[in-house]
Amino acid sequence: MIGFRLNGRAVQVAAPPGERLSEVLRERLGARGTKVGCDAGDCGACSVLLNGRSVCSCLVPAGQADGAEIVTVEGETPELTRLRAAFLRHGAAQCGICTPGMLIAGAELLARNPTPTEAEAMDALGGVLCRCTGYRKILAAVCDAAPAVAADAPPAGQAVGAALVRLDGAAKVAGDSFGADHAPEGALTVKAVRSPHPHAAFRFGDLAGFAARPGVAGVFTAADIPGRNAFSVIPPFADQPAIARSPARFRGECVALVAFEPGAEASLDGFPVDWAPLPPVLTPAEAESEGAHLLHPDRKANLLIEGRVQKGNAEAALAASAHVVEGSFTTSYVEHAYIEPEAGVAWIEGDTLVIRACTQAPGMDREDTALVLGLPAERVRIIPSAVGGGFGSKLDLSVQPLIGLVALRTGRPARMIYSRAESMASTTKRHPAEMTGRIGCDARGRITGIVFEGRFNTGAYSSWGPTVANRVPVHVSGPYLTPNITARARAVHTHGPVSGAFRGFGVPQGALWQETLYDRLAEKAGLDRLEFRILNALRDGQCSATGQILQAVGIGPCLEALRPRWRAALDWAAQGPGRGVGVASCWYGCGNTALPNPSTIRIGMTPGGEVVLHQGATDIGQGSNTVIAQIAADALGLPVAALRLLGGDTAITPDAGKTSASRQTFVSGRAAEKAGRALRHATLRLANAGQGARLDLAPGCITVTDGPVRRRIDLTALPVDARGYALSAEETYDPPTTGLDANGQGTPYAVYGYGAQLVELSVDRALGTVTLYHITAAHDLGRAINPQLVTGQIEGGIAQGIGLALMEEYLSGRTENLHDYLIPTAGDVPPIDSILLEIPDPEGPFGAKGLGEHVLIPTAPAILNAIRHATGAVLTRTPALPHRILAAMEGQE
Amino acid sequence: MGYLRPATLSEVFPAVASGARVLAGGTDLYPGQGSRLVGPVVDLTSVAALRGISLSGGLRLGACTSWSEIAEAGLPPACAALQQAARQVGGRQIQNVGTIGGNLCNASPAADGVPPLLALDAEVELLSAAGARRLPLARFLLGPRKVDLRAGEILAAVLIPETALTGRSAFQKLGARAYLVISIAMAAVRLTVDGDRITRAAVAVGACGPVASRLPAVEAALLGPVAGAADRARQADYAALSPIDDVRATAAYRRRAARELVARAVESCA
Repeated sequence: MIGFRLNGRAVQVAAPPGERLSEVLRERLGARGTKVGCDAGDCGACSVLLNGRSVCSCLVPAGQADGAEIVTVEGETPELTRLRAAFLRHGAAQCGICTPGMLIAGAELLARNPTPTEAEAMDALGGVLCRCTGYRKILAAVCDAAPAVAADAPPAGQAVGAALVRLDGAAKVAGDSFGADHAPEGALTVKAVRSPHPHAAFRFGDLAGFAARPGVAGVFTAADIPGRNAFSVIPPFADQPAIARSPARFRGECVALVAFEPGAEASLDGFPVDWAPLPPVLTPAEAESEGAHLLHPDRKANLLIEGRVQKGNAEAALAASAHVVEGSFTTSYVEHAYIEPEAGVAWIEGDTLVIRACTQAPGMDREDTALVLGLPAERVRIIPSAVGGGFGSKLDLSVQPLIGLVALRTGRPARMIYSRAESMASTTKRHPAEMTGRIGCDARGRITGIVFEGRFNTGAYSSWGPTVANRVPVHVSGPYLTPNITARARAVHTHGPVSGAFRGFGVPQGALWQETLYDRLAEKAGLDRLEFRILNALRDGQCSATGQILQAVGIGPCLEALRPRWRAALDWAAQGPGRGVGVASCWYGCGNTALPNPSTIRIGMTPGGEVVLHQGATDIGQGSNTVIAQIAADALGLPVAALRLLGGDTAITPDAGKTSASRQTFVSGRAAEKAGRALRHATLRLANAGQGARLDLAPGCITVTDGPVRRRIDLTALPVDARGYALSAEETYDPPTTGLDANGQGTPYAVYGYGAQLVELSVDRALGTVTLYHITAAHDLGRAINPQLVTGQIEGGIAQGIGLALMEEYLSGRTENLHDYLIPTAGDVPPIDSILLEIPDPEGPFGAKGLGEHVLIPTAPAILNAIRHATGAVLTRTPALPHRILAAMEGQE
Repeated sequence: MGYLRPATLSEVFPAVASGARVLAGGTDLYPGQGSRLVGPVVDLTSVAALRGISLSGGLRLGACTSWSEIAEAGLPPACAALQQAARQVGGRQIQNVGTIGGNLCNASPAADGVPPLLALDAEVELLSAAGARRLPLARFLLGPRKVDLRAGEILAAVLIPETALTGRSAFQKLGARAYLVISIAMAAVRLTVDGDRITRAAVAVGACGPVASRLPAVEAALLGPVAGAADRARQADYAALSPIDDVRATAAYRRRAARELVARAVESCA
């Protein structure tokens, strides 16, 4: 027996002394507030206090805890209490997966230093990775020196625009319940056998023999899949097996499952599979070459799809241009590196398969899982857990069909938690891009035309390759008036990791090409780089590359808002060697590209006087639980505090679509606005009251006050519907878009958001290292529904942009961990000033536009532009690692 | 035998001799494992003789001393490089449990503890049931993941001779991010200055070869006036380094970076 004090309480546990303390806490003691992100000490998510010192509990043997004092996020110490409150006020918890580790690291610091400086806080938090906040709010919360802006309870009608503390915040700072955190009694542990090769034929040996081993509950292969063993986020391209038949097409592909009894050692050692490696096609150039092996025989030259936009005559325009620049740019595979590896549990309830897992898209999970498992969709229920970061990769299926299959076949609960290596090897990545082309302008600096060609490595299966191929040509002009354009983007299969959705769907790669060329073009035209962009910025009533007349265009105001800082920054840069300043813009269409994209929101009022919001817009940390509620509350005319939220459980909540494409605030927000207004109208009608009437809730009744007239509606007297509501409304919104014609012309999006960022940095001329000093981010988001969540998105997007620019490069089989694959730490994100511009879009709820992906797009090109300004180095490849910067400074790259 | 956590060395030796893996901070043992360590393990962290820092004449660092304990200890200025490295090993959570002995026995070419210790003329004390051995650190480290540890032997302490506790030292670490980063290259320099002259110099560079190493040619170049020492460091002969290309940097870059890191360490301790 091992005995220790856990949060002040003596516990005894019969654990092997060599077991990880994290395992003891979570699985033996049920204290699952402590999270596991890597099992290697690389992420700090599992931090606990051991005798007052923060340690990674994944690296501590249970034996060392014997006799010790352990404090976890479930603990109540003065430091933890103070930090929890500060985290809420400062908006320091977003998805919440790093929050327990951050709280513990902060608590260790505050116990010895109650008033730390920012530098001391950075040192203390440097061992805990966060992928979504950008760390600034966490540092602010730990220091808690500056006042926080968050509001608690705005009155009715004043929720939109308030920096409301996130409604799920209390759960986040208590250690929320993520995919790995629900474990029904008797659940089987599911492990996947995965291909160690990018391309290999395989044969199984004695599967029955392995299945008969003690502790093994079952072995499952593709032969066990009852339905269609092919899925894709875009149904016509369905090509990815849940469990592959030979050959495996990428390293990390699942070829078999083993279910282990609870408590059994879940070891795949000796699993009977023979691998025969086949020559892999690893680059798009190889894949397109004559006679190349075809990954999918019906896709000639390994081409998944080509997207194109053709307007005017770009070649002729360039030939007639005063200035033309030409350039190429290459990007790497980039890993989402959310701190929560994929995880979930499935069980059978009656004749329904229930799957509780982390996801960005419960509706799509349900449809695809049902197809794979040969079930009608009504017999699959998806319950989204809290999501510890998604960024696009949790749109695709991961554990869902696998645990679903095991639960279906065994009738027992089946639980699966990906290891860090498994998560990195098997899930999608940002597309590596090879981009080339030319941009021209006239003698006054006005853009004349763009010719662009991009080739995107889409990996083994389709995933979101079609979306990337279509989005890039639409956006590659940047938010600038471009009268002539020929842009093509091909998504090409290789035996690399599957490329899918990652914050921006290829647009960040395109912006790296376009915005770095813009700096060179401005220079040729003899114009200031910011003024050149302002000169060309799209304005209301102008036409996009796809021929769409634009409204509520905010890019000009964003760039103009940077002018004061730009001038000061140029002066600052001139005063020191190696200093540089860079700027870049973004625009981004919100929602699906030229496809239907509906969201449905339901609000009901119970006879008891409770207002229930069926909030199906999955909150992966970005804040839809709060934003959708703010919109619904104001549309309805009741305070946010009156709403009770139900999540995106497919059995109880209508489909609000997927959390992707920066669509939730806009599309689901608009549906929530419609539903709120519809319920308000229904209520007012019952009271014969006018539009301006005030609603007041009380138990069992609602009072409607219209000027001097006051009417009480007895909710208990109204007939209830099948869902138990006395009054309810359900509304759907689908953005008005059109398809794109053969030249890519049409109205692919109803709403666009805009932004521009300014980076100040210095480059160490001897080592090629970059120090970021400051970033100014001006974003037009139509209406800031919740300004604190907005700045959280901006800071988090910038952190990922910093990673993209300076350190992130996923190499299959080589960087499948969080110490070789580097993401920014608490010391890598500089102070950020956010400037919020609100140019309302008539199509958005309360004028709001999307923001989530926009914020990442300008960061990396602005950094590269600043590096060039500082050193003259022209980098044509990311990440700009120190050795590459030094080589570029010397003209070697 | 599964997991043993003895309080005395006499219980440690038979376990080690019978092939048990040695555990201290666990930071190198747990990654890549399942939910627990499988097979015999002997945990040294309860052995009082292997813990703590004592300064009497020379400096003795028990093998199970954590990086945090080293960083927080009151040590002479000659140990500044070691204390700076202690604050840059992994993150705070790693520093709180990771030990100096584990860092040496793991023998990573990028071990942050090694260059400062080489610059301190460190020796290691190796104990077994058969007795004690003392080896210069440079001879203990044989190559990547390879050390001169005989069957049944453990690393018990790191010893810094009194003669090396003179002068001032500095550590320079280079990585692609601020925290939790495996070094691209690092350098430790210890200088003894008499008036305006450098009279003794110790220079060690890590992550630029299979093991970190002292650079006698650079040390020789540093002797002389303090003025211009950093420039002499930049111009010295680094042919002894044998860096490789990997995901973090190229060999050519590492050679240049090493030169610059040594020069900067010289600047900050001259």
